[in-house]
Amino acid sequence: MSTLLSLRNVWVEYGDKVVIEDVTLDIAAGSFVSIIGPSGAGKSTLLRVILGQDAPTRGLILLDGKLLPPECGPDRGVVFQRYSVFPHLSVLKNTVFGLECAQAPFTGRLFGARRRAAIAEAEEMLAAVGLGDSMHLYPAEMSGGMQQRLAIAQALIKRPRIMLLDEPFGALDPGIRADMHALITRLWRDYELTIIMVTHDIKEAFTLGTRVLAMDKRRHDPHAPHRYGATAVYDLPLKKPAPEPALDPISENISITIDTYNNN
Amino acid sequence: MLGALPIALLVLTYLMAAASRHEINPNDKILPLPGAMAEAMSALLFKADQLSGQLLFWADTFASLQRLGLGLGISTLCALVVGLLLGALPPVRATFGPLVTAVAVIPPIAILPILFIAFGLGETAKVALIVIGIAPFMIRDIAAHVTALPREQIIKAQTLGANSWLVMLRVALPQAMPRLIQAIRLSLGPAWVFLISAEAIASDVGLGYRIFLVRRYLSMDIILPYVAWIALLAVLMDWVLTRSSRRLFPWAHGVGH
Repeated sequence: MSTLLSLRNVWVEYGDKVVIEDVTLDIAAGSFVSIIGPSGAGKSTLLRVILGQDAPTRGLILLDGKLLPPECGPDRGVVFQRYSVFPHLSVLKNTVFGLECAQAPFTGRLFGARRRAAIAEAEEMLAAVGLGDSMHLYPAEMSGGMQQRLAIAQALIKRPRIMLLDEPFGALDPGIRADMHALITRLWRDYELTIIMVTHDIKEAFTLGTRVLAMDKRRHDPHAPHRYGATAVYDLPLKKPAPEPALDPISENISITIDTYNNN
Repeated sequence: MLGALPIALLVLTYLMAAASRHEINPNDKILPLPGAMAEAMSALLFKADQLSGQLLFWADTFASLQRLGLGLGISTLCALVVGLLLGALPPVRATFGPLVTAVAVIPPIAILPILFIAFGLGETAKVALIVIGIAPFMIRDIAAHVTALPREQIIKAQTLGANSWLVMLRVALPQAMPRLIQAIRLSLGPAWVFLISAEAIASDVGLGYRIFLVRRYLSMDIILPYVAWIALLAVLMDWVLTRSSRRLFPWAHGVGH
């Protein structure tokens, strides 16, 4: 598989604190990379650098061989653990938001046929994540699991080259987390996504990922612990059946939607 | 309805105190009986003033509400525009934040003379006092609210293709709106204080002007109904603001789970 994202000798430093030290990675298109590691090992920092929220102090990040500007853009979608849906918009409007931004950069609103097309697309996406019956709810009316489904739909509608998930299921109950695992696996396969996921849950990392990266510090100076940063100490490709292209994502959705009791 | 009980008790206490004073002195002016109030007020309500030809009570109410409305309107607009800019754009905050803070800590009544000198004794100075009195607080409140929006939301909007303008228009502005209504509600009290002060010092019409005018004649039979009327107007405004916020921004009022 071709390389989608490359990190070349990436360092991230805040003042004299080194957070990430010399990370060099190639991430193939269509892979599901899990990043694990102890707290403070720079997992989220690495994700933020790929996202463009922070710039690397040294090193290059290439997407499709092109240098990535240090700003967030629609080619990289993101789902955070919390706060990544807009509380003032209904589920449907949250999802349409991405389309409106692209098509109406000044007013942020669509009208007429373009609006109907955007709504239809959003409805399809919401049905795919199992929120087909909750389109007019506000996020505050939904459980954490439903909010994360919404956050995924919201990002996915932009068809990002890479999906970045920052502990997306960390705040959910175990049962709901299992449902979300099934959902993300299906979406990853159906939409042929490339996913990078930071997680604390090692089991989750190995179940979902096709490749697991463990971040930690290689060296430790007890007198100046901040002077050595973390890097990918283990890089484990997992042998898994290659993702099969889905026949018809829409018809498949009906059988897989999990939210039978409307409680997740 | 339970809340009406203390109010009823207060009215009852007043009536009893007034009745006992009138038993000693039938001409008592300090605690007038309801009959006397009705009589005094009916002159202001229904009889045109000989000098100006106006129904004084309604002219007072209209003048005061106009000043209050202008003051609140200008303040709200300032709070929305300046507060949003201060909250959303760190360079703007760094440049103008200290100025807003400095203006906010000046006691507005202290600069009332400046306003009278600068704008004359007309409407402008009175409206300006209300604006200077409440706008800085509202601006700071909105700015703080916008600053406190979760970083994740802004990042998410950017990854969905929103530029800085759209982040402001579609993410910050709508979430600032319920807060703005809240800020107006909290500013209503101070706004009335500044209005009455300005009217008391230099005016020829207005609720505050009338209260301070008839004070010279110890006319409690007019002062008390006027104060009650002001209270009623204030409560009504508060109720309308709360209702409209609930209606317009249901997401901000803990919609049922």
